[in-house]
Amino acid sequence: MSFINYASREINCKVVYYGPGLCGKTTNLQYIYRRMTPEARGKMISLATETERTLFFDFLPLSLGEVRGFKTRFHLYTVPGQVFYDASRRLILRGVDGVVFCADSQLTRVDSNLESLENLRANLQEQGYNPDRIPLVFQYNKRDLPNVASVAELHALLNHRNVPEFESSANTGIGVFETLKSIIKLILIDLKRGGR
Amino acid sequence: MAHGNFILREREYEAFVAVLRKLILDSYSKAVFLVDKNGTLMASAGETEEFDTTSLASLAAGNIAATGGLANLIGEKEFTILFHEGERDNMHLSLVANRLILIVVFDRRSSIGLVRLRVRRASEELARILIAVMEEAGAAEKEFIEEITEADIESLFK
Repeated sequence: MSFINYASREINCKVVYYGPGLCGKTTNLQYIYRRMTPEARGKMISLATETERTLFFDFLPLSLGEVRGFKTRFHLYTVPGQVFYDASRRLILRGVDGVVFCADSQLTRVDSNLESLENLRANLQEQGYNPDRIPLVFQYNKRDLPNVASVAELHALLNHRNVPEFESSANTGIGVFETLKSIIKLILIDLKRGGR
Repeated sequence: MAHGNFILREREYEAFVAVLRKLILDSYSKAVFLVDKNGTLMASAGETEEFDTTSLASLAAGNIAATGGLANLIGEKEFTILFHEGERDNMHLSLVANRLILIVVFDRRSSIGLVRLRVRRASEELARILIAVMEEAGAAEKEFIEEITEADIESLFK
């Protein structure tokens, strides 16, 4: 649910990076944080365990410029990927405007991707969203590693809605901004169409 | 509230700020913030320049969401008030009409009892303004969002 403030002439939207544990959601945000100019980004907050696993969420606010005299602000969140943090994931999806599903391309993680995607659908429904209509993009991460599934396989497995999909290596930044741009575009188009 | 957009017009924004300014004075607080439950700052008053307001709004929303989750676990609908006591400054968070979060930062010049008392009255006024925001939202929405073109969206990435 976007927040449009006519007084400060701002549009605020919420993007959530979803996916299985260790798929690279936090790494996406860290890369975006490093590459954005200080004027365009706020402070990145990570609520993580001592071993740097996401405990509640990471948060990165971005200001991207103006549309029709309105400043556009995007709040990027990650969810904790580990299965047992489901209650936290549900909370973070509240008010979401668009989702990046970050999949781990490694063959050994195929089941985890599927499980996480099913979990996303269930949690979106629980929050009152239609999982078949919410702005969504897929990012097939860790393409630089050996033993990864092909894009065609990942597409067949995950991308039933045939939404935009990107290959990435979040560590080095490949595909990170392409993914971000894509979800932002989908959110703004969705906003124009009148939402979900 | 998953559907539609939350639209705040100038008039209601000014009304929110007026309530917050009165709350600051009445409660002898340092700063007050009004935050959307999804973590976006809507209005603030007082000594706000020393705070990272974007982070504060996001973390407050996370805090309220997590506490709400805890409430559900013991069969409560919501815990409507949170209080964090620090060495120097304290923070009082409360839900307004189950939609907004009112954050009051105060120090020794005030007390938890006074803040609670003043927050209760301010919350009633904020809730009334919120009803007006909701009623006007539908009309405002069509005005400029429909004018956004694909070229406008593209221009963000140049």
